[in-house]
This record gives sequence, structure tokens and C-alpha cells, in this order.
Amino acid sequence: MAAKGLADKVRETQVWKSIFRHGPPDNARNRAAVVAGNVFLHLHPIKLKKSGVQLGYTWCMGGLTFFIFLALTVSGVLLMFYYRPTAEYAFNDIIALREHVPLGIMREIHRWGAHAMVITTWLHMFRVFMTGSYKPPREFNWGVGVILLVLTLLLSFTGYLLPWDQLAIWAITVGANMAKATPFLGHGGPGASLAQIGDFVLVSDKNDVRFQLLAGRFVGEPALLRFYILHCVFIPLVVGTLIAVHFWRVRKDGGISAPL
Amino acid sequence: MRELINWIADPIRSFPIVCVLFYLMMKYYRVVGSKKFLYVALAVIIPTAVWFAADPNFFTILILPDNIPIIILLVLVGYLTWFSLHKAAINDERIEQGLGPVEGTPENREKVWCWPNLVYTELFAIIAATSFLIVWAILFKAPLEEPANPTWAPNPAKAPWYFLGLQEMLVYFDPWMAGVVLPGVVVVGLIAIPYIDTNPKGNGYYTIAERPVAQWGFQFGWLVLWIYLIIVGTFLRGPNWTFYGPFEYWDYHKVVAEYNVNLSEFMWIKWLNTAMPENMFVREILGILLSLAYMIVLPPLTAATKYGKMMIEKVGQMRYYIFVVLLLLMMSLPIKMVLRWLFSLKYIVALPELELNL
Repeated sequence: MAAKGLADKVRETQVWKSIFRHGPPDNARNRAAVVAGNVFLHLHPIKLKKSGVQLGYTWCMGGLTFFIFLALTVSGVLLMFYYRPTAEYAFNDIIALREHVPLGIMREIHRWGAHAMVITTWLHMFRVFMTGSYKPPREFNWGVGVILLVLTLLLSFTGYLLPWDQLAIWAITVGANMAKATPFLGHGGPGASLAQIGDFVLVSDKNDVRFQLLAGRFVGEPALLRFYILHCVFIPLVVGTLIAVHFWRVRKDGGISAPL
Repeated sequence: MRELINWIADPIRSFPIVCVLFYLMMKYYRVVGSKKFLYVALAVIIPTAVWFAADPNFFTILILPDNIPIIILLVLVGYLTWFSLHKAAINDERIEQGLGPVEGTPENREKVWCWPNLVYTELFAIIAATSFLIVWAILFKAPLEEPANPTWAPNPAKAPWYFLGLQEMLVYFDPWMAGVVLPGVVVVGLIAIPYIDTNPKGNGYYTIAERPVAQWGFQFGWLVLWIYLIIVGTFLRGPNWTFYGPFEYWDYHKVVAEYNVNLSEFMWIKWLNTAMPENMFVREILGILLSLAYMIVLPPLTAATKYGKMMIEKVGQMRYYIFVVLLLLMMSLPIKMVLRWLFSLKYIVALPELELNL
């Protein structure tokens, strides 16, 4: 009786009422208010089809992808307090994270979370395909989703370089050498040798797409800074924007798909 | 037995086997999608996996911390593929009986409150994911190798695991195809799917019978060309990107004889018994013509077939041709793989002068 009484008393206080403007969600009016009145929950519709809340239908993969993205943002920001993106400090800062932080698992959370996000993104796409959810009226949102998938891979790829160990620079070297082979835009790609005016070479290893990506001809310190900015600022901003579009369109296109 | 599995795992043999298994799975998805099949499959797969892991050579590769996500991915893809076949089999059975898909029953169409139905599911999923991540983070340290050393390249130098399918394609294509053009085609092709597939059926429920072309096409690309190639790139490629069986020790001195021959060399030297012509376009004329025929002549030819006509009637010329071109680009990979294995064919068009090798 005391606990119940206390909970009711808390609900009566001015502080509580100023935060939650509705009563406990045990009737229809309050259940609507709790979702519509909360900035975090208002992404949801107030009511939705039963098939749309079943785990067997959605696998929860889209929602998990978003949650892992948030977890990566938080753990990533924490890592940024310790990490300096220079050839001199980067590797040592990672070592310090491992050796000097008691019970530190932030880097582990961040790295395994990144892998998990790649997996959940792929499986989300797999599920959306299996249920034919890309069909009208959701064609555009499927396209947004594909771009988000590519950006997820790029986020993971740019983050791969930051520990500045052997694994990092050689994996990025393998990847960046592909850019060298871009038709017309990479100096080792088809058509690049045609882009020549007399003796003047238009596409060379000093200005092609690989150079733009790495800010150099090999994976060095400028590449580290470039990948750091891409990883921590640029791509997350684009992803955040597109996630907003993606969620908005899920709602506007009729919510979770169901038979017409 | 281990020798046999090492022998079978070579892509030359395992790729056709995977293709046949894929065909059987899609063709008999109602059998594969039954619960009985799942239990039998688990009874086979679990002991096999344990036996595989018991091998010291395979175990070393398996427990590389960066390979853990692939194992998680494989388990999830395996189960969820079965699960969606299962759901599709049930729905297709119901549709045949005129009942409509499970998702469309009045009971499932009923609207429920977001609070508590969805919010609590999400809360549970968040807690489960968080605990999973924390346990994973405690059990496995994030890998860290020696400090970066630009003068010494590890062997094999592997890309992150999710790009290993692309890296595996480098065996068969030059980087401009494997690393730029084909990935670009994958992205464009994925975005194009809803605009090509105008079949109104199968929107919002699991089905295979009602959209066979979409299902076969997508699943082949996803399961066979993407997931399978990642498995090969991760577990079966060792130093110098040479093939190693799952039970084989990664011996850095393993030598593999490779005599790959260009189509133009076949043509001029072997068949016509003359010297290679000076002009590079004359030299490569056969490959150029074949490639052009593949991309330009083949689509209209398929359009004239009974099946092609039927599809054009449904989706129109434009969509049909885009579909066929994307399909041909996707199939160029398995075609090149088979040509390499059967004839040791290196390039169909070899124009190193222009960096244009196909």
C-alpha cells in the first residue's frame, strides 16, 4: 500500500506533472497521449496493425540498426575524448585505451557494434525484400535505405583505419587501390590514359579519385585525418539526415507494410 | 575425409555445388521451409560445425576476432533464410486454398495500441542488444596488430570482411570491374528493383510463388554471389590469395601453377596458328565482338523468346531491357568464373594498353 501510495503521490507532484502531461497509460486517451506527446516516441503511430508489431514479421532489424547506430554514436563520442588522429599519437592512444582504462570496453563496444550494424542493415534489407515491402508506395524509401546501407559500409570502412595498426592501413590500402582503377577518374583505370592533352596528363596519381580519398598517393597521415573527419563528422551527419527521411517516409508511406 | 572436404571446398567445385543447392532450395522451398527439415538440418549442421571447429587449422582462422561477426552473420542468414521460406511456404499454401496470407487475416489487420505493444517490444530488443554487445565486448578484445608500417605488407592483406566478396571478385576481374563497376551496378540495381518489379502481388507478406522472378534473382545475388563469396574470401583464401581448404595449414610457400590465357591468344596462336596482330583492336576483335554481343545483341534476342514476350507484355520494353542488362551484368561474374575454371581463360578482352581488361 505504501509503494502504491508513494507512486501516486509522485504522480501528483507539480514536477512530475510538468514532465509528463498525461496520466498513467492505462486507458485509450492516455495511451495516445504518451506516444503523441513524447518527442522520442512520436516517431511511432499511435495505433498500428497487429502484423506490424510481430517479431516474426519485422525481425526488429530496422529498429536494431537504429539503436546500434545510437550506441555507436555514444561510444564513439566517448572514444573521441581519448583519441588523436595523428600518425604520432593514434596507435598509442588506442594502446592507452586498452592498457590504462580499467574495465574499459568502449572500443570493443564500438568495434563489435560497427560489425553488428553492418549485419543488421543487411538483414533488414533481406527482410524488406522477402516481404515485398519495397513495392509501391515505398519505392523511394527502399532507395533511401540502399543509400543508408552503402553509408553504413563506408562508416565502417573509414573507422577501420583509425587504430593505425597493420590491419588498418593494409585493409584501407586494398580498398583504396580499387579507387585507383575507377574508369576515367583513376590513374590506373580504363580510359585514364586517353585523358591527355599533348604531353599534359589530366589524370595522374597526384589528382585522381584515390588521391582525393587518401589526400595522398598512399595511406599516410593526411589519409588518417581525412578518414577521421569522414568517420566522426561528415558521414554521420549525412546518415542522421537520411535516417530522418527514412523514418518520416515509413510513416508517410503507410507505416510497416501489410497486405493491401 | 578431411582431404575430401579440402578438395570439395575449392570454388571450382564448391561454387557449382552451392548453385545446385540454391536451385534445390528455391525449387523445393516448401520442403526446405518445413519444421522437420529445420530439425534434420540442425542435427546435421551442429555436429559438423563442432567437428570443423575441432580441427586446429580451421580453428585458428575461426577464432580471429574479426571473423566472429561473419560467424554471427552466417548463423543469422541461415536461420532467417529458413524462416522466410517457412513463412512463404505457409502463405503460399493458404493462398492456393484461397485463404490469403497470414498477415492479411482480420485478426492481424486489427489495430493495436503502440503503447504498450510496440514500445515494450522495442525496449526488450534494446536491452537484449545491449547485453549481447556487452558480453561480446567482454569476451573478445578488439583486435590490434603491430603499429602501422607502410614498408611491410602482411600476407594476405585482407579488406574488412564485408568487402571480401568484392576482393574475391578480383580473382576473376580487374579492379575497375570488381571494385568500381560491379559494386556500382549492385547499388544501382538494388535501387532500381522497385521500379522494375511492377508485380503488385507479394506486397506486405512473405511469398515466393507469387513473385518467382524477383525471388530467384535477388536470392541468387544475395546468397550465392554475396554471402558465398564472403565465406570463400574469409575462410578459404590464405597467403597470396591462394585457395586453402578449411583443414589446410596456411603454408606461405604453397605454390599454385597458374597459366591463364587470354581469348586473343587462344584465337590467334592456338586456333589460327599465326602471330598476334600489331593493332590492339584487331588483336582483340573476337573478345570485343563477343562482349558487345553479350550486352547489346543478347537482350533483344531474349525479348523475342516466349518468356521475354510474356514479360514485356507485363512490364513494358523499357523495364524489360533494364532488367535484362542488370541481370546480364550480374551473371557476368559466374560466367567469368566458369570460363576461368574450364579454359583457364584470363581475359575476354585484354587491352592493357588502355587498362581495359575484361
